[in-house]
Amino acid sequence: MAEKYLMKGNEALAEAAIRAGIDGYFGYPITPQSEVLEYFSKWLPRKGIAYVQAESEVSAINMVYGAGGCGKRIMTTTSSPGFSLMQEGVSYIACAQIPCVLVNVQRGGPGLGTIQPSQGDYFQAVKGGGHGDYRLIVLTPNSVQEQADMVYKAFDLSEKYLNPVLILSDGALGQMMEAVEFKEDYVKPAFDPTAWATVGGVAKRGKPVQLTSLFIEPERMEAKNFELQAKYKKIEENEVDYELYHMDDAELGFIAYGLSSRIAKKAVDLAREKGLKVGLIRPKTVWPFPTKIIKEYSKKVKAYLSIEMSVGQMIEDVKLAVECKIPVEHYGKTGGIVLSTDEIIAKAKKMLGK
Amino acid sequence: MGETITKNGQEFEVVWKKPNLQPKDMHYCPGCAHGTLEKLIQEVIDEKGIQDQIIGVAPVGCAVFAYDYINCDMQEAAHGRACALATGISRVLPNHAVFTIQGDGDLASIGLAETLHACNRGENIVIFFYNNAIYGMTGGQMAPTTLPGQVTSSSPDGRNCKLSGMPLKVADIVKEFDGTCYVTRQAANNAVNVRKLKKAVEKAIDNSLNKRGTSFVELVGNCPSGWKLTPVDSYKWWEENMMKFYPLGDIKTEGGIK
Repeated sequence: MAEKYLMKGNEALAEAAIRAGIDGYFGYPITPQSEVLEYFSKWLPRKGIAYVQAESEVSAINMVYGAGGCGKRIMTTTSSPGFSLMQEGVSYIACAQIPCVLVNVQRGGPGLGTIQPSQGDYFQAVKGGGHGDYRLIVLTPNSVQEQADMVYKAFDLSEKYLNPVLILSDGALGQMMEAVEFKEDYVKPAFDPTAWATVGGVAKRGKPVQLTSLFIEPERMEAKNFELQAKYKKIEENEVDYELYHMDDAELGFIAYGLSSRIAKKAVDLAREKGLKVGLIRPKTVWPFPTKIIKEYSKKVKAYLSIEMSVGQMIEDVKLAVECKIPVEHYGKTGGIVLSTDEIIAKAKKMLGK
Repeated sequence: MGETITKNGQEFEVVWKKPNLQPKDMHYCPGCAHGTLEKLIQEVIDEKGIQDQIIGVAPVGCAVFAYDYINCDMQEAAHGRACALATGISRVLPNHAVFTIQGDGDLASIGLAETLHACNRGENIVIFFYNNAIYGMTGGQMAPTTLPGQVTSSSPDGRNCKLSGMPLKVADIVKEFDGTCYVTRQAANNAVNVRKLKKAVEKAIDNSLNKRGTSFVELVGNCPSGWKLTPVDSYKWWEENMMKFYPLGDIKTEGGIK
């Protein structure tokens, strides 16, 4: 048994990154994410690992570009307004196919918003955020344990596909404390970046690397887009991850990710005590989205309830998945207000006509 | 006697070799000094034998295709972000020399924060700053470095300093930071100045390799197309106006955070 620690989600994330072999961190303070930066500021310099508190999120993401472009394990973390500032760099990184791990500890928006938890950045995370046709792999932890576990996975996926991976967390998951164990058997997969990274490898490969997102001839730019789309298709085929809870005999399916899925799970238990046959499909990746399983269960359930801490963003992907075959409704809270199981159950009752 | 080659049975001493640039024609306009800077960087890389100990960062601006010419691993930055990329590279490859090439729109306008903070942190990088007082690539708009009264496509009546402020003298700002170990202004308008510029390139790259801090090499340059002048006339304007406002010479030769 691994040793158990009582940690904040933000700290667990940083500790997992160190154990996963992080080579460099570049970040900027913003609530409710700052503990990640603080944790790294203590431990990375002591271990001789690159750490810079950048002058802005704009600079931080571009430092990630530079260091990730050298084939190293690089991470940045931020919260909603900061992630907006990073979008330019994220688009460049996606096009140049630089592996790195990004973390958005979401807070309520739009604008300066609030420092309380939210899931209002779903569109930004899965539909682009920056300019151009690109995708991030988006992982959605729902516990402090997963705040740690998904960091290893994020680094591995980013190197497997040469693609930025986003951990979409929120202020509650970042701030709350839970018991966490760190993997003892983690082995970093073999990874040789010499072919594409700026490592000083001209002699070895016989030509210099040009790590760029500029393809001024339209045909080359289109070819790059085809190349990216082929990669995204492969990711969609192989990396969808989800959890099913009481879906076997469910008449109503909840769909929720991250913190909302914890509350939705509790609501399933409470609803079942009242005799309501509800279940939960919990996306652990929101891109690629678990479209197939949602479509499959749409043949069994009467309706879906998309539960998010937003005015309804993920619901669009749920609707696309069910192709208008069954009703899909939304329940959500915004402004940093966390969901209530009572309200979820009341909504479920209404939808089931009970 | 140095390196020799044998041709037709006769031995010759090598007095000059073409720099080992990539086999691609440069896109620069006739009379522009951008290409000179890139050739000099390549010469220094060749002479020091450091092709795999140096990483470059290209900007958005006229040097955007520098990675097509200079023969070492390079990254292409977003507009203004070259110094942030260089910071990232230098922090994870601390034994490599790292350089950026940036114009005045990229460095002094949109990328001023990245530039000043890299200098202030004393990153072990070289910033090559091509200052020709204009936005070249986008067609000759006013830059932060445009001279008072200078006519550009976005200051058709000449730069009005009451509206746009005075030209930014970035070298004079970064010299104040402890992080910079070398700040110099050079030109490339004649053979003497080209030789001086090469010395500056050498010294700066040496500083980066030896982790002495940030080197800031400003090339006070020209832009015949942006200035709407012939190459010959652009040289005259360069010498009479640019070098007067941005005087050449070393501004700081020692420094770095101890």
